[in-house]
Amino acid sequence: MIRLALLALLLAAPVAAQPAGGTLRLLAHTAAGTLDPHLNYTAQYWQLYAFTYDGLVAFRKVAGPRGADLVPDLVDALPTPEDGGLLYRFHLRPGIRFSDGRPLGPADVVASLRRIFRVRSPTAETFYGAIAGAPACLATPDTCSLDGVTADGDTVSIRLSRPDPEFLAKLALPHASILPADSPAQDAGIVPISGTGPYRFLAYDPNDRLQIVRNEHFRPWNPDAQPPGGPDRIEYVFGLEDEAELTAIENDQADWMFDGPPADRLGNLGRHFLDRVHLDPTPALWFVPLNVHIPPFDDPRIRQAVNLAVDRDAVVKLFGGAKLAAPTCQLLPPGLPGYTPYCPFPHDPARARALVAAAGAAGAPVTLVTDDSPVARAVGTYLRDVFASIGLDTKLRSLSANVQFSYIQNTNNHVQASLTSWYADYPSAANFLLGSFGCTAFHPGSDSSPNITGFCDPSIDARIAAGDIAPADRALTDAAIAIALLNPRYVDIVSRRVEDYAYHEVFHWLIAQARLR
Amino acid sequence: MLLAIVTGTLLAPLYAGRISGTDPFLSTPMAQVDGRPVLADNPGLGVTPIGPAWETSWRGPYLLGADTLGRDVAARLLYGGRTSLLVATAATLLCLLFGAISGITAGFVGGITDTVISALIDLLWAFPVYLLAISLSIILVNEGLHLGPVTLEADSKLLPALILGLVYVPYVARPVRTEVQSLLGRDFVEAAFATGGTRLHILRRHILPSLWPTLLALAPIVAAMTLLTEAALSILGIGIQPPKASWGTLIADGQALIYSRPWVAIAPGLAVATTVLALNVLADRDG
Repeated sequence: MIRLALLALLLAAPVAAQPAGGTLRLLAHTAAGTLDPHLNYTAQYWQLYAFTYDGLVAFRKVAGPRGADLVPDLVDALPTPEDGGLLYRFHLRPGIRFSDGRPLGPADVVASLRRIFRVRSPTAETFYGAIAGAPACLATPDTCSLDGVTADGDTVSIRLSRPDPEFLAKLALPHASILPADSPAQDAGIVPISGTGPYRFLAYDPNDRLQIVRNEHFRPWNPDAQPPGGPDRIEYVFGLEDEAELTAIENDQADWMFDGPPADRLGNLGRHFLDRVHLDPTPALWFVPLNVHIPPFDDPRIRQAVNLAVDRDAVVKLFGGAKLAAPTCQLLPPGLPGYTPYCPFPHDPARARALVAAAGAAGAPVTLVTDDSPVARAVGTYLRDVFASIGLDTKLRSLSANVQFSYIQNTNNHVQASLTSWYADYPSAANFLLGSFGCTAFHPGSDSSPNITGFCDPSIDARIAAGDIAPADRALTDAAIAIALLNPRYVDIVSRRVEDYAYHEVFHWLIAQARLR
Repeated sequence: MLLAIVTGTLLAPLYAGRISGTDPFLSTPMAQVDGRPVLADNPGLGVTPIGPAWETSWRGPYLLGADTLGRDVAARLLYGGRTSLLVATAATLLCLLFGAISGITAGFVGGITDTVISALIDLLWAFPVYLLAISLSIILVNEGLHLGPVTLEADSKLLPALILGLVYVPYVARPVRTEVQSLLGRDFVEAAFATGGTRLHILRRHILPSLWPTLLALAPIVAAMTLLTEAALSILGIGIQPPKASWGTLIADGQALIYSRPWVAIAPGLAVATTVLALNVLADRDG
């Protein structure tokens, strides 16, 4: 109760016009777990790591398509791959310091890359498994030495066991942030680790707030990679419901909310606050993975039937309308390299019913698992009715959003169908398709098995790895391993005093680059 | 008032078939009425369901508007009322039955039997009712009840009725036990014993008929409590399971529209409040 009162006082504080600098007030319903950049795999905190940590290379921190360009960050130039793409040499910039004042050195780089395996980062295998020595590190993380990474003076060399054309892009992600060599060899939790970005984490209470302040030791070395920030301080407050968050922003008591706006407030937003709403395309997909190992979806005819039965325009309406999402029936989102529009599943309920009847699956029991957000439940209810209309005896089960995603990944739960979404980690069609539908993303019995369908076709994976994206996307779509529903747009609402809004494909709103009026 | 509510809910199919012309349990996001979309795209952002008749120049179906899935709220209100009243009635009957049996047994037999039964009732009484109902619902709502020959599927309406009938047993058992013990000390019962009447005879001819007023007075009170509790469980998602509807599920559905279409949640809430009020007035009259 006292915490709520303090929260109310904070949000009730008058927001007068402030000079450059100032305190940016962010809101979210909940915190997003550990602050450790090598472990946290949430969009919510990757947005913060963009201006608190650095990697050897970075995505250009600008809005628009140039945001997908790679630029040198802690190194003075992008390396040219040598030895048939197996060797990368990086020369560190001099004079960079961590937020605790210590200078950055090659030992920190070597230790950080090793730490990715020691702390069992969720992408250790999928992103960094090509580094020589990675298999041994994956087998025994506690004694990881990662022999493929060596230092000689100010030069760090990374040797790969196989070529990886996207290796530099993976080094630009927060899981490859360079940290002090003596960072703990386990999850740092709520204790901030020093970084090299223009800001540092000051204090973190997941039940209350996260405080971020300027890093006094930061000096801009490459504005493309790491521009200096606008606000002096960032307060990220947790605990409000989405309705209250939006009210606070409309009243200029807060500046931005991480959570999407509640659907029933969109009309009012559109009428009175449209100038403060930003809609941006994002390479993402809402879809229904179909478990190809469990009846009835082990039968391709039933998978095709449900794809034909769903009216994707109706799903877009339930999501919030055509301004917030676009319907799709293919797995690869637009905007990713290699995308070509493709839709083999027109809305044809009659043909869907015929397929179910031909397969002898009328009356087959199906459970569809969604999370408990209002939009997911609405879409799930509609899908349940659609499945029932073609002859499948369907039940809907809603789980808390905190547990639903890990629940549907674990094959021990025997989930037949679920409603979920996938957002691209970085602008790569191969990463998107292999990360969601590739053979190496299927881990039976694990809570971390992003290939929820269980589908595995090595020939399709090989085509993706070879860059043959459009045919691979068509093959996956034709296999009907999932019901692709829509590609969402990213919705940001900001207060009146936020200027210089810039949207980045990987990090979404570039928070630190905002100026406060 | 109660009669009007019951009559209205029983006429739900008539409304749905003749006036609404829609299936209140089927999602119809793309439905149109006279060329107007039931879920209309806003000029700026978002989608808003069609509003109630008094906010639009509407004289067709959707008297109370549509919900987020394009379903007729008025039709769902009537059908939901049938479910809520059915569950409350079944729960009340079960509660009176279990409560009467345990209360009569404890009060009439006495001794160690009374001690044991009273202890069990006190144990049940010690749990906060809502906590007990929620705990039982969470366990049973996913898997159903499978107890020997008795099987209730997870989405059966009898399951919440059984849970509610069980958690409110102490509210009936204790007054019934007290009433039985009071009756045993009355002159006409003592006279019946003195003239050689058997215990079964006295129970059947003197005790049970005298308990009817007590049970009838308790019935509307228990009905009101079970109706409210069913609504609470359904709002939490562990009562009536979709696609079935009750007033509680309608309130839960309406939460997503509380800003733009508040009547989707207010209407079923008013229905619950009105029915509970009517039952309490009935109980006061009986008392």
